[in-house]
Amino acid sequence: MINLQEWINKNTYHHSRFWDLKQLVETKEKNNLTISLCLPTLNEEKTIGKEIILFKSELMNRYPLIDEIAVIDSGSDDKTIEVSKKYGADTYLASEILPNLEPKRGKGENLWKAIYQLKGDIIVYVDADISNIHPRFVYGLVAPLIYREEVKYVKAFYDRPLAISGNVRTSGGGRVTEILVRPLFSLFFPELTAIIQPLSGEYAVRREVLEQIAFPIGYGVETSHLIDVHHKFGLEAFAQTDLDKRVHENKPTIDLGKMSFGILQTFIKRAKALGILDKAHHETVMRQFQVTKDQYEQNLIEIVEEERPPMIEIEEYRKKFGR
Amino acid sequence: MMTSKTLSKELPALEKQLIKHKEVLLANLVMMGEIPSPTFGESERIEFLLNRFNEAGLTESSVDDGGNGIGLLKGTNGENAILINAHADTVFSAKTDHTMQVLSDKIVGPGVADNSLGLAVITTLPYLLEQLKIELNHDLILLGGTKSLGRGDLQGIRFFLNNNNFKISQAICVEGVQLGRLSYSSIGMLRGEITCRVPESYDWSRFGDASAILTLNEVINKINDMRLPKRPRTSIVMGSIVGGTSFNTIARDATLGFEVRSESQEVVDSTGQTIEDIVMEVSSKTGDEVELDIFARRSPGGIPYAHPLNKCARNVMDSLGIEPRLAPSTSELAALIDKQIPALTLGITEGDRLQKSDESIMIEPIFKGLAQLIGIIKSIDGGLCD
Repeated sequence: MINLQEWINKNTYHHSRFWDLKQLVETKEKNNLTISLCLPTLNEEKTIGKEIILFKSELMNRYPLIDEIAVIDSGSDDKTIEVSKKYGADTYLASEILPNLEPKRGKGENLWKAIYQLKGDIIVYVDADISNIHPRFVYGLVAPLIYREEVKYVKAFYDRPLAISGNVRTSGGGRVTEILVRPLFSLFFPELTAIIQPLSGEYAVRREVLEQIAFPIGYGVETSHLIDVHHKFGLEAFAQTDLDKRVHENKPTIDLGKMSFGILQTFIKRAKALGILDKAHHETVMRQFQVTKDQYEQNLIEIVEEERPPMIEIEEYRKKFGR
Repeated sequence: MMTSKTLSKELPALEKQLIKHKEVLLANLVMMGEIPSPTFGESERIEFLLNRFNEAGLTESSVDDGGNGIGLLKGTNGENAILINAHADTVFSAKTDHTMQVLSDKIVGPGVADNSLGLAVITTLPYLLEQLKIELNHDLILLGGTKSLGRGDLQGIRFFLNNNNFKISQAICVEGVQLGRLSYSSIGMLRGEITCRVPESYDWSRFGDASAILTLNEVINKINDMRLPKRPRTSIVMGSIVGGTSFNTIARDATLGFEVRSESQEVVDSTGQTIEDIVMEVSSKTGDEVELDIFARRSPGGIPYAHPLNKCARNVMDSLGIEPRLAPSTSELAALIDKQIPALTLGITEGDRLQKSDESIMIEPIFKGLAQLIGIIKSIDGGLCD
């Protein structure tokens, strides 16, 4: 396994490092890259207008970083499509892309169909429900791909303001990340624990990678991407960017249960295919994160679940009770 | 050479051209509007403004010692300058959720109309003028003024006016709403608070009548009984009242926020004096502590209806089909009037639910409002308002 702290130091950015959009656009043009922004939607009329306006103004009109903005909708019954068209995004219904295939409904479907519909060499996916949207959500993710050819997949991570205590904040994911995904990765894919927020819905990826990986339609899409890209290209293909605070509606625990169930299905399918479940020895180090100022550090905690045998197997017990 | 007629003809086309730059203005509005900017706490918003000015190549932009953000767009003959001002503060505290919502026809969020839109307009003006290839003879000073509202009492713009070296010939104050607003005069004004407090040593056995609210009520009744003249027009606005803590505790303090407005300075002064007498009278009668704090005053003044600047503005509004609504103002215009700078206040669009957390502005009329502003700037610049 590669040295994860070294990897983190080399491949973890803060968005402020990429403030110079002029330089970013120049490098993009020099490298002859095109970039598409995909906003997958389902009933997002309250937040989609703001996202489109900000990205269009800042990253198309003022600094031509992105070449197209596309809303791919799962069939909203509110005004998501009307608002998107009004502010000039290219708007598609997922079911109308590749119409010969049996339609499926889920965010993963929209992300997958974007590969067919959009033209860019890089596709950046941003969820449409972010109320504190800012251009950094896009430039922070595409910048490592523009500046470093070897990087293929850039994941977002965020402050979680509730977790701050003193100078150290646990830079965690949400509840599902901390309770389900990080323990699973610690056990079976320890290298992937270097990704601070494996379930974040914002990432920028090169087309050459997107076209080679499968897409779960539902909750498992982020998890499967990490496992598949890691398997095919190694951890060196990844980078991650701190995008500061992300404000969105919190989901109730019961919904997180459904999400976890979907993720587990995706995980088990891949772990089986890769023969990982049959490994004789699992890892016993749990890997979590903490952030001190600008340092992102892994916390390694040895957790060995020792067991006692059934009492009946203990001689003293058998003697005492005559068994 | 530009005349009123040629300018009038080009304004409707200008409105259409401005629509093409919708995203840039609205993005500035949203980003600006999401930065809280209570009076005395505007620095983050001013920083954003300065970043935008710097990006637009306004190299001589700066923040003055009053905290104001100043952008300078150099003219080809920078002898005189036109000042465009928007106040940077809002009535909302930093704790308010400042999230803006962009709907298909409007933008909703605290302070969006008063005055995030006004500030977004001056933020975007250098970009728009560049895109429209409009070059001015005059220098254009873009001022994001701090400490304007309430107890701020126009401190920001007054500081700027007292400490700058520009030769300002005319000025325009930009407010988010309402489109059609045309203010060119200031009325006399006096703004203050009356606070009643029940003393710590009060005899609490006096059941029921030991309430600061009752004492304040006495003050209010007496103010209400005052005879105000019909000519010159005079009014007292009882603007806000705060007092007490719960249902079952006697209120220890109560505060009234009020404003006296009149066309005559003498009436403002004499009304203020009468209120002072009332406060003393009630205080001595009840034994409660009653305090009067007057923290803002304006003198009446301004340019006449027939002033060329006023005529120009009405002409521009007429060309764009905007019905002028004439109303006096007590905002930054008053500071400009004090300095004898011919000035106007304009609104940019229509808005609703002002000073509520769901304050909103309509998007479509913004471009007419912008065309109006640029039209008036061009009129001043072309010497049509001298």
